[in-house]
Amino acid sequence: MVSVKMHPCVLSVLLLNVFCSFVSSLYFHIGETEKKCFIEEIPDETMIIGNYRTQLYDKQAEEYLPATQGLGMFVEVKDPDDKVILSRQYGSEGRFTFTSHTPGEHQICLHSNSSKFSLFAGGMLRVHLDIQVGEHANNYAEIAAKDKLTELQLRVRQLVEQVDQIQKEQNYQRYREERFRQTSESTNQRVLWWSIVQTLILVAIGIWQMRHLKSFFEAKKLV
Amino acid sequence: MRALVLVVFGVFGTELTFELPDNDKQCFYEELEKDVRFDIDFQVISGGNYDVDCFVTDPQNNVLYNERKKQYDSFSHTTAMKGDYKVCFSNEFSTFTHKTVYMEFRYGDEVPLMPITRSTALTQLESSCVSIHEILKVVADSQTRYRLREAHDRTKAEHLLERVTYWSFGQTVMLFVIGISQVMLLRSFFTEKKGSVAATT
Repeated sequence: MVSVKMHPCVLSVLLLNVFCSFVSSLYFHIGETEKKCFIEEIPDETMIIGNYRTQLYDKQAEEYLPATQGLGMFVEVKDPDDKVILSRQYGSEGRFTFTSHTPGEHQICLHSNSSKFSLFAGGMLRVHLDIQVGEHANNYAEIAAKDKLTELQLRVRQLVEQVDQIQKEQNYQRYREERFRQTSESTNQRVLWWSIVQTLILVAIGIWQMRHLKSFFEAKKLV
Repeated sequence: MRALVLVVFGVFGTELTFELPDNDKQCFYEELEKDVRFDIDFQVISGGNYDVDCFVTDPQNNVLYNERKKQYDSFSHTTAMKGDYKVCFSNEFSTFTHKTVYMEFRYGDEVPLMPITRSTALTQLESSCVSIHEILKVVADSQTRYRLREAHDRTKAEHLLERVTYWSFGQTVMLFVIGISQVMLLRSFFTEKKGSVAATT
């Protein structure tokens, strides 16, 4: 068992990182039965880490306080083929992680698991959300401590991760471009064929109309 | 101690892509300190005319930015006070199209990877690593812009394909219906009164 002797500064930084990374982040209000969905368009083999924290409006204190233990959030993640890849309930504070296996638009949906309509007391639930994608999801302080890297080695490791992510994104770009090209060519084909077919139908109907009417008038002895 | 202080004011940024239903408004809030510079970028990826209303207010409800029907924009501001800043996107002008909006909210400065307890300047190797890191950030950023642009164009193209398909089909059906009903109508003019000469067009 190797004991890691950490510089006290690094240790406190690590601890601070754990807290700081979630002290302040973007928040929004969600109703009791409301479902909020976010879309992440990512290449394959990309990790996403999401952190959320909830607060409920307390009428007595007239401010937002951390939600009670019973109140949880249901997190559902769907992949581009609409298949559910993560569907779990977390507490009032949670952290969810998933890795994409197909490139495309993934949908992350959150809704509260409250079944009693009066739990929110007519107010809204405040949800602090933080979603980190790909290279940003890495905790470098942790990596440095685990592999005992110097600053330069850590920086190079970060560069490698960044370049990796850029390459994955470019591959995905090529795949999307192909889909776009297929759609455009499809449209082009369709416009061409339908124009020709419609013109032929127009001519055919015109000829049929004249022939039919001519035979009709001949039968009526008007022509 | 200085290193700890460096980490506390770290870089934070969230980018979210969300759907905004018609006649709806979605607001995001962020708690910021005083004298912090923040940037907001947004872009409409799909829906209708690809435009949305956006406004930003400070903790005292002063409007810092207010634009209507914008397709994409970028807004920067340095906070004058501490508190909750609000950025809202509104699709209230739209009756039945829902929009997909991408938003990025960045604030703070870049945090050093490790606590810097150094007294010497960076070596050439280290400083070139730092510049590579900055350039790669720019590359990743432009990839995001390009991806959004592409998603927007692809949505438009798919929409166009759909419309071409439905209209072609619809027009063919209309052609047949009108062709046959014209003949039927003309026949009906002549069959009611036998022998009368109907006006020809």
